[in-house]
Amino acid sequence: MPVDASLAGRTFPPTTPYTVSHEKLLEFARATGSTYDGGPAPATFPIVVAFQAMTDLMQDPTVGISLHHVVHGDQRFTYTRPVVAGDELTATLTVDSLRQIGGADIIGTRSEIADAAGKPVCTAFATLVHKEADQ
Amino acid sequence: VNAGDVLPEQTYAVTRADLVRYAGASGDFNPIHWSDRVATSVGLPGVIAHGMYTLALTARALDTWAGGPGRVVELGCKFTKPVVVPDDDTGVDVVVRGTVKDVTDAGASVSLEVTCGGEKVLGMPRAVLRA
Repeated sequence: MPVDASLAGRTFPPTTPYTVSHEKLLEFARATGSTYDGGPAPATFPIVVAFQAMTDLMQDPTVGISLHHVVHGDQRFTYTRPVVAGDELTATLTVDSLRQIGGADIIGTRSEIADAAGKPVCTAFATLVHKEADQ
Repeated sequence: VNAGDVLPEQTYAVTRADLVRYAGASGDFNPIHWSDRVATSVGLPGVIAHGMYTLALTARALDTWAGGPGRVVELGCKFTKPVVVPDDDTGVDVVVRGTVKDVTDAGASVSLEVTCGGEKVLGMPRAVLRA
């Protein structure tokens, strides 16, 4: 069953606030071989928060996406400022676009990542490709 | 930095151990990134790297070229071809190349090419580095 067309334009509640620690940034930097000197986080670190927003979307029973049939089609970040340790981040996901191509739902998402003061930190755009089983 | 500058090629070996570490660091525990059984059951040749891991390696190359972290103001790609990671100690090499497309007050726009085994694994990867 395709995803309901009313999903387009929907904005979901913000994710649970995520507090960024030095330890987590060090772990992420080591896992990717990146440099972390106590300052800016590695550029792709905000995926940790964006991923939570996407998981919330996929687990929302009103949306009708089955988690195991989703492929990450593309990803883009635009940064207002780098993430740093001590940030308390939330991601607010909006479904910007929804198309059906060859039995797959192409779901364009935008997650606005903000700090505790509500100021923008970065925007994560992701396209999720949702294919039905046996296709 | 000037338009047309070719940035020094960066090569990163990717092993199964790297994928396990990345799964823990990122919170993405999809079993296609650590279980051959699950990966082959969905039609993949074997365990593949997280697309976001390959993009993180791309960001690492950008940091190297920029002289440190925190200068990336835009980064994106399509995930077009999986990076298949063998179950051995040497893994597989991911190569990141970049060319400066143009330089404005907003920064340097970098066109990227990310390959594995000579084939492009990311579609239209590009970034902007702060001036």
